[in-house]
Amino acid sequence: MELCDRSAHKLLELLRSKQVSAEEIVRSSLQRIAAVDGRPGSLESGEETEKDRQSVHAFISVAAEQALDQAKSIDRQLAKGEPVGLLAGIPFSAKDVFCVKDTYTTAASKILANFKAPYTSTAVERLQKQGAIMLGKVNLDEFTYGSSNESTAFQPCPRNPWDTSRVPGGSSGGSTASVAAGEVPLSLGTDTAGSIRQPAAFCGVVGVKPTYGRVSRYGIIAFASSLDCPGPIARDITDAALMLQAIAGADPRDSTAANVPVPDYLATLEQGVKGKRIGLSPDYFQISYMDAESGEIHQKPVQEDIRAAVYHAAEVLQRMGAEIIEDVPMPNTRYGIPAFFVISRVEAASNLHRYDGVKYGYRTPSAEDDLRVMYRKTRNEAFGLQPKLRILMGMYVSAAQYSEQYYNRALKVRALLRRDFDQIFDPLGKYRLDALLTPTTPTTAFPIGAIYGDSVLMQYADQFTVTANHAGIPGISLPGGIAADGLPVGVQLLGPDYSEHTLLQMGRSLEIGTQDEAWRSQRPALTLRW
Amino acid sequence: MSEEITPEIFNHLVTLAALELDEKQAAYLRRELNQQLKAIHELEAIPLDADLKVTTHGVSYNLANSPALREDTWLPHPNPDEILAQAPQVDEQYIIVPDIPHEKLD
Repeated sequence: MELCDRSAHKLLELLRSKQVSAEEIVRSSLQRIAAVDGRPGSLESGEETEKDRQSVHAFISVAAEQALDQAKSIDRQLAKGEPVGLLAGIPFSAKDVFCVKDTYTTAASKILANFKAPYTSTAVERLQKQGAIMLGKVNLDEFTYGSSNESTAFQPCPRNPWDTSRVPGGSSGGSTASVAAGEVPLSLGTDTAGSIRQPAAFCGVVGVKPTYGRVSRYGIIAFASSLDCPGPIARDITDAALMLQAIAGADPRDSTAANVPVPDYLATLEQGVKGKRIGLSPDYFQISYMDAESGEIHQKPVQEDIRAAVYHAAEVLQRMGAEIIEDVPMPNTRYGIPAFFVISRVEAASNLHRYDGVKYGYRTPSAEDDLRVMYRKTRNEAFGLQPKLRILMGMYVSAAQYSEQYYNRALKVRALLRRDFDQIFDPLGKYRLDALLTPTTPTTAFPIGAIYGDSVLMQYADQFTVTANHAGIPGISLPGGIAADGLPVGVQLLGPDYSEHTLLQMGRSLEIGTQDEAWRSQRPALTLRW
Repeated sequence: MSEEITPEIFNHLVTLAALELDEKQAAYLRRELNQQLKAIHELEAIPLDADLKVTTHGVSYNLANSPALREDTWLPHPNPDEILAQAPQVDEQYIIVPDIPHEKLD
C-alpha cells in the first residue's frame, strides 16, 4: 500500500514515530495526482481524449511547491521536537468555493476564473493552523449547482475513480474523487442539499454534513445561505472526526456559526452503540419524483442492493448492541425537493446578483458605453446554464405576486420537515431515536451524460439528503457495501442538532462491525491500475 | 394548477436578471423552469396549519447557541490595493464602469 492510500490517522502515527516524513507523504500524494488525475479542468478544454475519459480530473489547481515547502517546515519542527498541530503533515484538497488567500477561487465558473482571494476561509485557516497541507483546489458543479460535476465550466469534469464512465456525484465531486483516488486523505466540501453526502456515497468515502452553524461559512462562496454547510470528506470515520475537530466551532466572522462547545470527537469514537436507538423509515426507501412529460408523481423503490445494504448495516448495529426501531414515519420527506427548488433558488439568485463585472471577476471585453449593457453581456458570457436557471427561478418564485404562494409556503414546508425530525428525536416522544439510518442515495453513481440537462431529475438524486439541510440537522454518509454494478453504496445516519459525536460513534461501530467483510477490501479500479 | 412561465414572463425575468440569452439558451431555460414549476406545485397540495410559522433556519437560534454580536468598530484593511486589484478596471483608487444611464422618474 502506498503512503497516499493510508488514512490520515495512520499517517500521523507514522509521522510522529518518525517512520516517514511529511515531505514523503506530500510527494506520495503528488505522484498519485500525476498518475491518475489527468489534465486539470480549464475553461479552454478542447476535445476530450481517451486518456481524459480514463482520468479523475479532480483538481483545478495544484500547489505542489507551496505544499512541499510546508511539509519541509513541519519536518523541521518535528526534528526539533517542537509541538505541531493535530493534522500536521496531512495533505488535503479544498472544493474551489473555499477562499484561500492569494490563490484562485473560481467556484468552477468563468465569472470567477480570474479571482484571487484576498483572504482565507475559516475552515481552511483552521486546518492550516493544525498543520494540514493544502495540495490544491478541486472541481465542482458551477457554483455548486448540480449533483454530478458535469456543469463545471472547468472541463474535463471530474470522473468517478471506481468507474470513470460514471459521475463522482456532486457538487463536492472533485473532493470525493480526490479522496477515493488516493490523491489526498482529506478534503473540504460543502453540503446544501447533499453535496457532501451524495458524492461521498458515489465514491465510497465518508462525508459529514455538520449541523448548520457547527462549522463557519466565512470565506465560502455561497449557494443558499440558510442551507450551506461546510464539512469533512475522508476515507474513514476516524479521519472525518479528526477533520471535524479541527474546523468546528464558533467564529466571530460568521454570526450563524453556533456558540456551542465542540466536544472531543475522538474521545467518544470507540464507545460503541450499546443502548442507542436507531430508526428505519419506509419513507426513505422509495423516491417520489415527477414525470417530466405528464407532471404526475411516481414512486419507485430504491435500488435493491442499496436497500439491502442499509438493512445489513442495521443488523450489524443491532448485533453490536443498538436497538433498531422500524416503521418510523417521516411523512414529509417527499416534499424536500419541491421546497428546495424554491428556497435554494431564491437564495442563490440573491447571492448571484453581486457578480456584475464591476468589483471583481470577469467583465465582458466588448467596449460598452452603457452600464446595463455591460452587466447583461458580462453575466451572459460568464455564467453557465445552471446559474442562469437558478437566477431566473429564484426571481420568479420570490416576485411579490408569487412569494406567498411559493416562497413563504416552502418555508412553512421546511417547518414540517423539521417537525418530522423533532418528533422522532424527542427524548420524551414515541420513538426517542438517537439516529435515523437511511440510504444516502436512491441509486449508485449514474453514467456521465445520463441525466445532465434534466434539472428536475438531477435534483431528485438528493431526495434522502436534502431533508437534513432543511432541518439543519447533522448527517453522515459512510460506505455500506458494493452493489452488483461494482459501485459503492452509501448509508446515511441522521441525528439531532449537534449530535455529530454520536453519529461518528455509530459510524465507527459500523466500520468495526463490517471490517472483515469482503467488500471492505475492494478498491477503486483506477487506483488498482496504478 | 397549470400555471406556466410564458415567453413574455420569461423575457421580463431575463431583463430583471440582467441576462441576455440566445434562442437556444432561452428555449432550454424556459422548458426547465416550467418543469421545475410542475414539481414546485406539489407544495400546494400540502395541508398547512394556519398557525404554522415559517422556518428561516432549520436550527433555531436562541441565547444558548447565538454568538454575541461583534462591536461595530471600523477596522482598516491591511492592504486595500489588494482588493482593488481584483476590479476589472480602476483609475487610482476608483473603480471605473461604463456610463450609468439616467432616467427621469415620473
